[in-house]
Amino acid sequence: MKRFGFSNLMLVLGLLFIYLPMVILVIYSFNASQLVTVWGGWSLRWYGGLADNTQLMSAVLRSLQVAFFTALAAVMLGTLAAFVLTRIPRFRGRTLFGGLVTAPLVMPEVITGLSLLLLFVAMGQLLGWPAERGLTTIWIAHTTFCSAYVAVVVSARLRELDLSIEEAAMDLGARPWKVFFLITVPMIAPSLVAGAMMSFALSLDDLVLASFVSGPGATTLPMEIFSAVRLGVKPEINAVASLILLAVSLATFIAWYIARRTERSRRLALQEAGANEVPER
Amino acid sequence: MKVSSTNSGRRLVIGVPFLWLTLFFLLPFIIVVKISLSMAAVAIPPYTEVFSYANEQLQILFNLSNYLFLAEDELYLAAYLGSLKIALISTLLCLLIGYPMAYAIARARKDLQTVLLLLIMMPTWTAILIRVYAWMGILGNNGILNNILLGIGLIDTPLQILNTDTAVYIGVVYSYLPFMVLPLYANLVKHDPSLLEAAADLGAHGLTSFWKVTVPLSKNGIVAGCMLVFIPVVGEFVIPELLGGPETLMIGKVMWQEFFSNRDWPVASALAVVMLALLIVPIILFNRNQAKALEGKL
Repeated sequence: MKRFGFSNLMLVLGLLFIYLPMVILVIYSFNASQLVTVWGGWSLRWYGGLADNTQLMSAVLRSLQVAFFTALAAVMLGTLAAFVLTRIPRFRGRTLFGGLVTAPLVMPEVITGLSLLLLFVAMGQLLGWPAERGLTTIWIAHTTFCSAYVAVVVSARLRELDLSIEEAAMDLGARPWKVFFLITVPMIAPSLVAGAMMSFALSLDDLVLASFVSGPGATTLPMEIFSAVRLGVKPEINAVASLILLAVSLATFIAWYIARRTERSRRLALQEAGANEVPER
Repeated sequence: MKVSSTNSGRRLVIGVPFLWLTLFFLLPFIIVVKISLSMAAVAIPPYTEVFSYANEQLQILFNLSNYLFLAEDELYLAAYLGSLKIALISTLLCLLIGYPMAYAIARARKDLQTVLLLLIMMPTWTAILIRVYAWMGILGNNGILNNILLGIGLIDTPLQILNTDTAVYIGVVYSYLPFMVLPLYANLVKHDPSLLEAAADLGAHGLTSFWKVTVPLSKNGIVAGCMLVFIPVVGEFVIPELLGGPETLMIGKVMWQEFFSNRDWPVASALAVVMLALLIVPIILFNRNQAKALEGKL
């Protein structure tokens, strides 16, 4: 039984390792002292100054805007890709397609960023679009990258689904798109929400891709933070960072809660409907 | 399920994501290769054309000097080797720390599992930049860690941790640990406990059955986790930039400087092409593993 003790100890230590730095950051964001490492008592002064920082606030608005549209597009694109991978067993170029869907998960961001920038430059020369890089090009980069994450989450759900429901609807004469929107989408809704939240957070956090494909006047929040952080730790940045941590954790928690509750009520409904016929697993 | 009752609908469903990914993920790499064969120039954009058409002649000028430049300058070789070394060691560290964690979660009570999983998953969605920044305040010369160590009298002079390779290892393991734990957990939780019982009946206990049964069965999880850590770390930029020092040579950082400071797009492209060539085998390995997982064959 020694091994159980060891792995549980590692789990506790690992979680401490993951969360302690974040907790310390949040605590120090309430530090009254101008010196970031000297504790000078509790204070909200760094939070108070944030709202007046117009440069920072407009970067926040830009980032939220990009993240919102990224989440929207990535869910649509990622769900389509997941649907193709789980429901269409054979078509020309399937192996290539599978590779294109999963490769963005691991591709180093500096490579993706540089290559997309060069594409946009070449397109600008050849087609005249995009004439100037900015929020649209950042949105395209983020959508491409996030849809891979959505595809993984959604395809896991699509694989678990009972195909006979979709088949029954089809047998009863429903057109494929109707089956998809009336049967499949409601059943995979939790994973769509999870995918959207994930894309939102990933987009809000991205520095490297945005730095490459951004243009004049399109500085996102991570770019703003990065240029300040490069010079060292600052109390204002501690406050911004804590707010972002709070926002993203909250979004993650809500996504998880929704997914869990829907899952539970679905199981309950199945159990009630099936009573003895539906096996438990 | 057959989607193909209408052929055009099927074509649209496959075509839209296929076209998007080809245009915005595959095609850009071809352009990178092209630019890496051009010459830097004072122009907008700052490189010469590879293909030119004049006097009814198509001229293709391949310029290999960028690659020769990379081979001649020891800085680049050192940066590639440095990246591979840091990625390799941190992948191993993540595996050593992450495996017991995943194991403990997979063995926990069912309702506890979802909470633990959320705790592991949350950081993967949360602001890597900010979490790396948090370490700057902890590891600095007058940072929190040094203040504590000085306070309890363990050391007399502050330890130089920030801006060294040690800080990079801490940052990388910290940021990528969840990416190791998640696939390992997904694999370990599916193991059939009756296999361990069978091993126990045959006389294998504790560590023996762990090495002979659990570890071999989790091979796919180990591969997925290691690739999810190793490949992105090779090209990592934020962590070496913020936590590393002048002696930390990593290829992502060098490429960033070539591009943003020196504005040498062709050399930056050549650096990217060589990096991709180094990573292509792990990427294909990951893709195969992932494709099988996506189709539910694992």
